[in-house]
Parts: sequence; structure tokens; C-alpha cells
Amino acid sequence: MGSYVLRRVLQMIPVFFGTTLLIFLMVYTLPGDPVSALFGDKAADPAVVASIKHKYYLDQPIWKQYLHYMGNLFQGDFGTSFTGRPVSDIMADAFPVTIRLALMAFAFELVFGLLLGLVSGLKRGSIQDTLVLVLTLLVISIPVFVLAYIAQTVFATNLGWVTPTVQNSKDLSQLILPAVVLGSLSLAFVARLTRTSIGENLRADYMRTAVAKGLPRRTIVTRHLLRNSLIPVVTFLGTDLGALMGGAIVTEGIFNVQGIGNVLYRAINQKEGPTVVGIVTVLVIVYLVASLVVDLLYAVLDPRIRYA
Amino acid sequence: MPDIHDESSFERHPKPGVDHLDYAGEQGMAVEQETLVEPDPEKREEARSLWGDAWRDLRRRPIFLISAVLILLLIVMAIFPGAFTDADPRKADLVNDYLKRPDWTDFFGAGWFGYDGQGRSIYARVVYGARASITVGIFVTAIVTLLGGLCGMVAGYFGGPVDALLSRIIDIFFGIPLLLGALVLLNAFSTRTVWTVVVALGVLGWTQIARVMRGAVLTVKQADYVMAGRALGAGTGRLMFRHILPNAVAPVIVVATIALGGYIATEATLSFLGIGLQDPTISWGIDISSAQKVIRTAPYVLFFPAAALSITVLAFIMLGDAVRDALDPKLR
Amino acid sequence: MTTAVDTGTSRREAPYEGPLLDVRDLHVEFVTRDGVAKAVNGVSYSVAAGETLAVLGESGSGKSVTAQAIMGILDMPPARIPRGEIRFRGEDMLGMDKERRRRIRGQKIAMIFQDALSSLNPVLTVGFQLGEMFRAHHKSSRKEAKEKAVELMERVRIPAAKDRVNDYPHQFSGGMRQRIMIAMALALEPDLIIADEPTTALDVTVQAQVMDLLAELQAEFNMGLILITHDLGVVADVADKIAVMYAGRIVETAPVHELYARPAHPYTRGLLDSIPRLDQKGQELYAIKGLPPNLLRIPPGCAFNPRCPRAQAVCRQEVPELFPVTEDDGTELAGRGSACFFWKETLHDR
Repeated sequence: MGSYVLRRVLQMIPVFFGTTLLIFLMVYTLPGDPVSALFGDKAADPAVVASIKHKYYLDQPIWKQYLHYMGNLFQGDFGTSFTGRPVSDIMADAFPVTIRLALMAFAFELVFGLLLGLVSGLKRGSIQDTLVLVLTLLVISIPVFVLAYIAQTVFATNLGWVTPTVQNSKDLSQLILPAVVLGSLSLAFVARLTRTSIGENLRADYMRTAVAKGLPRRTIVTRHLLRNSLIPVVTFLGTDLGALMGGAIVTEGIFNVQGIGNVLYRAINQKEGPTVVGIVTVLVIVYLVASLVVDLLYAVLDPRIRYA
Repeated sequence: MPDIHDESSFERHPKPGVDHLDYAGEQGMAVEQETLVEPDPEKREEARSLWGDAWRDLRRRPIFLISAVLILLLIVMAIFPGAFTDADPRKADLVNDYLKRPDWTDFFGAGWFGYDGQGRSIYARVVYGARASITVGIFVTAIVTLLGGLCGMVAGYFGGPVDALLSRIIDIFFGIPLLLGALVLLNAFSTRTVWTVVVALGVLGWTQIARVMRGAVLTVKQADYVMAGRALGAGTGRLMFRHILPNAVAPVIVVATIALGGYIATEATLSFLGIGLQDPTISWGIDISSAQKVIRTAPYVLFFPAAALSITVLAFIMLGDAVRDALDPKLR
Repeated sequence: MTTAVDTGTSRREAPYEGPLLDVRDLHVEFVTRDGVAKAVNGVSYSVAAGETLAVLGESGSGKSVTAQAIMGILDMPPARIPRGEIRFRGEDMLGMDKERRRRIRGQKIAMIFQDALSSLNPVLTVGFQLGEMFRAHHKSSRKEAKEKAVELMERVRIPAAKDRVNDYPHQFSGGMRQRIMIAMALALEPDLIIADEPTTALDVTVQAQVMDLLAELQAEFNMGLILITHDLGVVADVADKIAVMYAGRIVETAPVHELYARPAHPYTRGLLDSIPRLDQKGQELYAIKGLPPNLLRIPPGCAFNPRCPRAQAVCRQEVPELFPVTEDDGTELAGRGSACFFWKETLHDR
């Protein structure tokens, strides 16, 4: 087990540097000059541009820029945005909002996704099963931003339960609707995955053995069927937390949630290099940690991995 | 030890539950019997009957038929939009046509779905919008399948350090969410066409297929007939493309079909966010985005492109689902 | 139900006269998309305490389906039992309520499956899976269950049972895993064990060990044993009587040694002839021509007729019943039957 964890952590290191380098290259080497963009339509004074470039290390070769950035990063310094505000400050404001939003979405997809998947998996071919299949297929097909509009129209405009956009991002109750929209796609995946997994395990030989042993039905379902069926679902759920934070970009925009997605979207539009790289780096770390946790969970749940 | 028939010499590990599944009838049995009568290590027969069975199975699924017809219609619409409408999707008449409501009597006419906030025919824009979506969907899938398929194949086949290296590269690209990466990448280009979007999504999106392919190749590589091929001295190329690829390609096809719908949705999302396609390209995503401003007074401006987009995505996902069920109910 | 199944250790109930298990005219069908597959078409057999019945047949002959019907573990639908009777100690199993049927499973009738690796739950320790029998049927505590699991593992001679009780199925060798399956079946000392190809997945040397163990334990507990196999060799040493199945019917029954010496059905004869023998070295091995029938379209008449060297017009029209087999002078041969119109000729053939 110990060597397994160590191996996974070691594998993460090159991936971390690779992914951040990739983002770094995408932000800083592609066409489009962020510094002259700062001046808008006004012609920039070359001397000023040069001094800004020097200040942000932009006059150095790209590999030096990257090393410099990484050096600072390991001292907890995410750099300074072009507006002069430390990127870590910007993130400290926005991340808590998105984490709350993502956790709510996660709880929503976990509870309802598992429930729906369980019902339809155990009663294959029933009306409930068909209903779950059709509903999840619809949710998967309708892009999130369309879904967001439907939710806005129904719950805000028609029913008047909520305001169309979030007034105060710190208010949890206002985040419910965006969280439901954000989690809906993953919910559909969780439900389908659970259903498939249960269906597969129902046919497994060891289930036949469990019946032949004369175990009560409840024991068979909870102890043998669920335990095995949840393994792939847990795997999906783990990586999904990171995906939710990335997916927040659309949801936060439509519902005006002042979270990381909104900040990132603005930063991309304004070519705010340091902010973009900083946020994406944190997202990559979240993703990597999440997949490590998933691997460990996987090993806990499935002894065939643990003792491999 | 004497056997009733020589089963065991062909199946080192008897398939669990074969006896149990006998009633499944002909198909399962036919394969078994063939191996009995004619011990042919090359399972071309089986491969062919896998696809044959899948095709027979597919033709009987209404879901497959519906989605196939829909997709065909969309492809025709993408190639010959003029066949579906006479109206010009770019003609804007703010004076006469501004937000005119849908007119159901105007069958297939310019005013069928009403007019948008710039006085343009929504029906015409929905028809012409198919081209961008279908092009992005099909070409991104093609790039992704080639790139990911090749990478996964090489990693799975050679294993060892090659696999370790390629797997890390896959991990690196996998770490960047598709939408996020595409936003950063596309933002660098001030003018973007369909092809810019295709390349961006293709370059960032190949990892999923690569992982699926690698997994499939690893499984197939263990199969007896590949061992047999190797023992008979088949070369690397022959083993890869004649023995392994045909047997590993099924899950790739399934994932690619379902992903195709996802790419179409991603393109629409990018366009919606203003970092995907741009005018004058007609895209459902752009139209949905500009419908935001009038959503309260004229919801139909949003409804029709949104419906067109959802139906298109749905069609591809249903197709992938049907193909998966036909190829192997146990996939996924 | 007043005669609730006792859960204690006094498993011997009021003495019951007659066979332990009696299957009469059992039919099982599977409803598939392509039609109704007739897997079992009127099977009758019985097993007494301490007796071993071998059921021999190719895949698709209905031998396993019959066993699953007896266990009550067929998925219905797609399976259905349109006709037939299964009596265990005189009690009708098919009409019985679900709860009582469940209590009989594992406790009175246990089953050993072919592939122990897939038949054991991969994510639970073997100790847990063994102990589960006691916890479900005897309401034992976790601790008791584990102790009993170790005892069981020792009984089937798994070395270092105490240390291995917390291991998972994939950590055992094939033979050891099959021993665990046997231990599981034996756990509650059932009256009848159904072993479905218990040694097929094992290496030849291990096969013999496992078979010996099974036979020894059967004798020790005086259990009935139904041994399902396609391997004539496995059967010879342990079985008392044999039922040969083809296309869902029993085509021949006989005490084991008589079947070997003088088969009375062309199918059995073909099976015996296709065994390689040392004294026939160098000669081409006999093989039954053709393929087993498709269960969706079983040929009319005797199902074996398209492959039978002896087939006549009558074989294509009438389904032969299981005729009693006698000597030429009419002396009955106990326990012998053949579903062939030409059993007499076949018997003399040699």
C-alpha cells in the first residue's frame, strides 16, 4: 500500500510541472500582446511598455519566465496581476465562493445521482428506469448554459422563488439554484454510471453465489451488490470535484456569482496572464489531489488493486 | 483427461458462465461450435460476426434508427442549407421584422420560427447554424480519434518506458479541462474560424480516446489469438493493425460517438462565451448568447437554436449509446 | 408453515422415506428475443442420501439449468418453468414461499460453482464470505462466524487457515479457491450438494485432489451429491449412477460402470468412442459428426437424429421415451434406461 501511494505521488510531480508549463506556454507565447492591450486604443509609450515588461519578467526567454514563476510559486507567491493586485489576494476572495458552490453541486449530484441510479439499476425495464434514462439523456444533451436559462426562467421569472441572478455570493441559499444547474450534468452521469454498474454486477457470478448461499435479499443488495457497484462511481465522483470548479465558468457567469469562474473568464478576456496562470495552476493542483484521493479510495475499496 | 469435446484445448480458462448463458442461443453457440469443428486460431470469423451481430442488433433498435435519421438530416442540412430554406440567414430588417413572433402557417418559410432581435429569420439561422456544429463535431472527433488512437495504441502495445512516457503526456493534457484550455488557447486568436476551433479542441481533447484505446489494447494484447500471432512470427505492424486494432476499436468508436456530441456542445459554449466562433459564421451558440438580451420578451429567439443544439447533441449521444449496447452490453 | 426449518445443529429431522431429491418431468424455457429456447424438456431424476448422481452433457444440454432450477437461482424472467415438479424430502420446491425456499438454499441444498474466482466476491475476505453463512442462517456473531470460517478452511485442508482467513479470493491459487467454494457449500452441513463442473477450471493434478476431497466429505456427512460435468473421466471414480443429457432431455441412465461397459444410446456410445485410448494409438479419433442442436429449433423426433449413425424414419417423427433397458432374456437391468428406439441394437454393438 505504502509503495503504491509513493508511486502515485511520484507520478504526479512530472504531471504537475507539465500541466503548468503547458498553461504557461498557452498564456505567454501565443499571439496577442497583453501589455499593449492594457492601454486599450491609445498608442503606448515604448519606454513604458518596456518597463512594464521588465517588471513582469516578460522580457526574459520563456523558460526563464517559467522557472522564475515556479520559484515564486513555491514561496507562496502567485505573482501580481497587471492591475497591481496580488493574484493570491484575488483568489482568496473568489475561491471560497466557488468551493461552496462546487461542494453544494457535489452534494446534490451525489445524493440524487446515486438514488436515481439505484432505483433504475435495480428495476431495469420498469417505468422508473425508463424515466431516469430519458431524464438523464435530456440533461446530458442540453448544454449547461441553456439549462441555466431554463432554470432562470422557470424559478425566477415564472415562479418568482429566487432572483434571476445572485445578489450576494456569500449567501448560501442564493447559491442553491446555480449549484443545482452546475451539478445537473454530473448528476446525470452519476445516475447512469450507477445504473450500468449495478446492472453489470447483478449478472456477476458472485451474485449468483450470494443467492445460492440463501442470504436475505437485503444483505445481498447492500453487502454484495452495492459495495462492488460503487467502485466506478466513486472514481468518477472524485475527479468530478475538480471538473465542477472548472465548469463553474459558465454557471457563475450566467448567475453572476462572484467566484473563480467569473474572475477567470474576465482575466482570459483581458489577457491577464498572471491571474489566468495562477487560477489554472490552483485548479490543476485541485485536480491532481482529487485524482490521488480517488486512486487511494479505489485501493481501499478494491483489494485487487491494493495487493497488486 | 478425456473430454466430451476438446473445448479445453482452445479455452485455457473456461469462460465463466458460458454454460449458464447457453440459452442466449445461436450467436454464442455458433462461435463456440466453430472453434470446435475448425480450430482456427485466427478469429477473423468471430470479429466479423461481432460486427455483423451488432449491425443486426442495431437495425432493430428504434433509438438507433431515430438518431441515425436525425444525424443524416443534419449532415444534409450542413452541406445543402439552401435546400431547406430560401431565406437569407444574414438579411436583417430591423424595421419590419424586429422580434416578429413565430408564424406557424409559414411552413418552412422565413417567418416560421419568427425573427430575432436584429430582424433576421430564426428558421434560416437554425438551418445554416447546423454547418458549424456538424463540422466542428465531425472534424474534432476525427483529429481526436487519430491522435488519441495512435497514442493509446503505441502506449498500450509497447508498454514499459514508452507507455510510462506517453501516459504522463496524456496525464498532462488530461489535467486541463477542455473548456478551460480552449478558452485560453482561442483567446490568443483575434479572428477565429470553424477551423481554429476544430484545431483547438482537437489538440486539447485527444486524451480521453488515448486512455480508452490504451486500456483496450492492453486487454486485447493478452488474448490468446494475439499470443498465437506473435508465436507464429507476425511482425509488429501486422500484429498491431490486423490482430489488435480490429478487436480494440469497439470501445473507441463508442466513446468517440458520444464525445462528438460533447464537442458540439463545447463549441456552442465557447461561442456563447464569445471566445468561440464569430460573426459572420452562423452558430447556434452565438445566437443563444445574443438571445439573452430579449429572453423575457421573446423567449422563442432562445428556444429554437437551443432546441436545435440539444437535439443534435442528443442524436449523437443516442447513437453512441445504441452502438455501445449493440457491440457489448457490458462496456462501461 | 409449522415445520419451520430448524436453525440449530440438529439437522437430522424426522426420518424421511424416499429419495432426498426427486425431479419429475421438469421443463425450463428461456424467453429470448429470437424466440423461446427450450433448455430443459422433461428431465426426471432422483438422488438419495449418500448417493452421487453424475449428470453428463455438453454445454447447452440443460444440465446446469436443471441444477439452477433445483437451487431456485434461475432468473425468472427470462426463464420460466412451464411444467414439472421438484421435491426435496417430499416437499414441493416450486410452490414453496420465497422465504422458506431461501432458508433451504445454503442450509439444506448447497451449490459449488465452476469458476471459484468469479463466483467469490472479489472485495470481501474469504473469511467474511464463509462466515456469512453462519451469520445469515444461524445469527452468529461476527467473532463466532470468523472462528467457524477458520474451522471450515482447516476442514478443507487450506494450510495456515488462521493467517489466510482475512485474505481475498484473488490471493489464493485456483485449487485453494475451489476448496473455499467447497467449504462454503459444506458450512451448514447440507443434505444435498450440487457441484456444477467443480474441477473444470483447475489443473489436472489439482482436479483429482479436489474431487477426492469432495467425495471424502460427502461420505463423511452422508450427503447426496449431484455432480454436473462434461468430463467422463471425472465421473468414473466417484459417481454411483450417471444421467446423460442431450438437448434438455435425459437420453440414458445407468449405474456408472455399466454405462462404460455397455452404453445403450448412440450418443453415449459416441462420447465413449471419442475418448483417446492408449490401445488405439495411431488410429484416428472418433468424433460425433455435426453440432448440438439450436435450442430455439430442436429437431422433431429424437433431437440426436441428425447426428446419429443409426437414425431411421421413426427417429425423425417420434420422440423416444426413456425405455427400460433389459438383457435379451428379459431380465431387467436395475437403474438402466435409454431414450433410443434402437437401444437393443446399440447395447449389442461392439
